[in-house]
Amino acid sequence: MNHNIMLPAPYRILGVTKETKAEYTFRVACDVETRHGQFFQLSIPKVGEAPISVSARGEGYLEFTIRKVGRLTDGVFGLAAGDTLFMRGPYGTSWPLDEFRHKDLALIAGGTGLAPLRSTLRHFADHPGEVRSLHLIAGFKDLDSVLFAEDLARFREAFHTIATLDGAAAPGFEAGMVTAHIHKIPFASFEDYNVAVVGPPVMMRFVAQELEDLGVPDEKIWVSFERKMSCAVGKCGHCKIDETYVCLEGPVFNYTKARGLLD
Amino acid sequence: MGYRMSLPGLDRVMAALGETYDIYAPTASDRGEAPQIRYGRVESARQIELGGQSADSPKSVVFPPLQTMFRFEGGRFEESAADGRGRILFARPCDVNGILRLDRIFLENGGRREYFYDRLRQKLKIFLIECLEGFEGCFCASVGANQADCYDVALRLGGGDVLAAVKNPDFEPFFRACEPCDFTPGSLRGNAKTVRLPAFDDGDLPGIHALPLWGEAAENCVGCGSCNAVCISCSCFDTTDVLYDEKGLSGERRRAWAGCMQEDFALVAGGGNVRKDAADRMRFKVLHKVHGFHRRFGAGHMCVGCGRCDARCPEDISFSGTVDKLAEALKNES
Ligand SMILES: Cc1cc2nc3c(=O)[nH]c(=O)nc-3n(C[C@H](O)[C@H](O)[C@H](O)COP(=O)(O)OP(=O)(O)OC[C@H]3O[C@@H](n4cnc5c(N)ncnc54)[C@H](O)[C@@H]3O)c2cc1C
Ligand code: SF4
Ligand code: SF4
Ligand code: FES
Repeated sequence: MNHNIMLPAPYRILGVTKETKAEYTFRVACDVETRHGQFFQLSIPKVGEAPISVSARGEGYLEFTIRKVGRLTDGVFGLAAGDTLFMRGPYGTSWPLDEFRHKDLALIAGGTGLAPLRSTLRHFADHPGEVRSLHLIAGFKDLDSVLFAEDLARFREAFHTIATLDGAAAPGFEAGMVTAHIHKIPFASFEDYNVAVVGPPVMMRFVAQELEDLGVPDEKIWVSFERKMSCAVGKCGHCKIDETYVCLEGPVFNYTKARGLLD
Repeated sequence: MGYRMSLPGLDRVMAALGETYDIYAPTASDRGEAPQIRYGRVESARQIELGGQSADSPKSVVFPPLQTMFRFEGGRFEESAADGRGRILFARPCDVNGILRLDRIFLENGGRREYFYDRLRQKLKIFLIECLEGFEGCFCASVGANQADCYDVALRLGGGDVLAAVKNPDFEPFFRACEPCDFTPGSLRGNAKTVRLPAFDDGDLPGIHALPLWGEAAENCVGCGSCNAVCISCSCFDTTDVLYDEKGLSGERRRAWAGCMQEDFALVAGGGNVRKDAADRMRFKVLHKVHGFHRRFGAGHMCVGCGRCDARCPEDISFSGTVDKLAEALKNES
C-alpha cells in the first residue's frame, strides 16, 4: 500500500519563545528539508490539525510562529519544551529565491505575515551578497504586537528596514499602515526587482493596489495566501479557488496568477 | 463474454458472489418518511430497485460519510483497520462516471494517492446497470456522462431475462453456468431534460461573478449542504478528533463529508469568510461543477447530471436550472 499522506509523525518541542501575548514561536526537533515559505500541518491528538508556516530553520530544528486564534492554536500554546507535537509536511510552494537573487528585493509584511518571510530574511542577512538591495517594511498593530525583536534588530542593520505601528509612532517605529510607506521604496532606481507581500487579506489587497499605483508590474509581485485547509494535500477541497488548490499551487503565488484568483 | 440468465439465475450468481463480496445496489428503503430508493447491501436480484433514481449516491461505498482515519493512544497515531472484504457496486453510468471524478481528486490530484479512499477503491468492482431512458430530472447526456466504459460487468436488468457483459475475466467463473450470448450495453441518447452548458474563458470570470443570477438562485438557500451530500462527485471533507479517554489520551481522528454550500466551509481564522454569502457559494459550486474541475483535469465535467441535488434541496433550488441560466446569460452577452 502507498504511503499514508494524512499520517502525522511525532516531533519533540525544544523550546518556546513568547513573542507577544498571542504569538509564540515553537522550536521543534526536525531535520526534514524545507524551502522558504513552505508550511506544515501541525497536529495534536484530540484537538486536530492546522497549517502553520516554517518561520525559521536551523541545524536539526524548525521553528513555527503561531498566533492563538482557535482550537489547535490554543492547544499548541499549552505545550512546552520536551512535549510532543505531531506534524506532516512540508507542503506548498516557496518563495522563488533563485528569482530573487542578484536583484533588488522588497518584502512587505503585516503582523504574523512576517513569520513566513523570516527564514528568507535570515537567509539574505546571512548571505548579503546574494541580493543587490533588500527593503523590508514590517507593520505591527502596536508595540505589544512586535514580533521577532532580535531578528528585527539584525534586519535593521542588514537591510533598509521600516517598521511601523498602526497607531502612534514609537522609537524605531514609524506611524501608519504599511501601505503608507511603500512609496519610500525606490522602485525607480531598481534595474530589476521583486516584491513579496504577506499579511491579512485586506492588507494584501491594499498593498497590491498601492504597488500597482506605483507602477510595479504584476509579474514582480509575489504573495502568500491563507485559506482554510483540512488536508494540505489537494484532497479535502477547502482551499480551492476555481481550479486552483492553494495547498498545492500555493501558498506562494506570483501576482499574475493571484490577481485572477477570485474566491 | 456475454451471458443470458433468468432472474433466479442472477440470484445464483449473486449468491456465489456474496461469498467473497458485499454487494451494494439501489434498494427499497423505509428510512425517512416516505418509501425511498437508497443504496444499501443486497443479496438477491429481487432486492434491486430499478423504478427510479436512488435518493442518495453510492459514493459512501468508497467515501463513507464518516470514517475513522487514525486511532491515537499514548502519543501514537495508528491507521484504522481496513474492512477486508471486496465490494461490488451496481451503478448507472452517471454514478460510474462520478466515481471516476472522485478518483481524479483522491488518487491523482497533487500527485499523491489518498490512502483511505485508495484502500476502499482497490476493493471496488463495478457492475454497470445499463440505463437507456434515465429518469425525470436527470441530464447525463447534457454533460457527456451517459456512457461508461469503466466496469467489470455490465448488466441489462428489469425486462425479463438478464443480460450480462463480463469485461473482467475474474468474474467469468461466476457466469459460466449461464447461456452465452452477444451483449454490449447501450447508452442513453438523450434525457427528457436538457441543460445547456456555459462556455467562457477565465477573462470572463469577473463579469460572471457579477451576474445577478447567483443571488436569485441562492436567495432561499439555508446552507444545509444536502446538495453536496447527495452529489456523487462532491469529495470535500473535514477532519475532527474524538476523544475516548482524556487520561490515556486515546481517541480517533475522523473525517466527515463537508460541502461548499455550508456557511463555514471556507471560514478562516479571524472570522473572515472568503465567500461571504449563499450567492457566492452557489457561484463557486456551479463554476466548479461545470468549469473548474474540467479545466484542471480535462476529464469531463465534475457534474455527471444525476439530478439528485435538485431533487434533494429543501428549498427547491435548482442547480441545473442555474447552470442553464448561466449559459443563457453568457449567450446573451456575446
Ligand atoms: C499556508 C498557511 C500558513 C499559515 N501560517 C501560519 C503561521 O505561520 N502562523 C499562524 O499563526 N497561523 C498561520 N496560518 C493560519 C492558521 O492555519 C490558522 O490560524 C489556524 O488554522 C487556526 O486553527 P485553529 O484550530 O486554532 O482555529 P479554529 O478553532 O479552527 O478556528 C477557526 C476560526 O474559527 C474561529 N473560532 C474559533 N473558536 C471559536 C468560537 N468558539 N466561537 C467563534 N469563533 C471561533 C476563529 O476565530 C477562527 O476564525 C496559516 C494558514 C495557512 C493556510
Ligand atoms: S451537481 Fe447535482 S446533478 Fe451534478 S452530479 Fe452533483 S448531484 Fe448530480
Ligand atoms: S440543498 Fe438547497 S438549501 Fe441546502 S445548501 Fe444546497 S442549495 Fe442550499
Ligand atoms: S487543504 Fe485540502 S485540498 Fe487544499
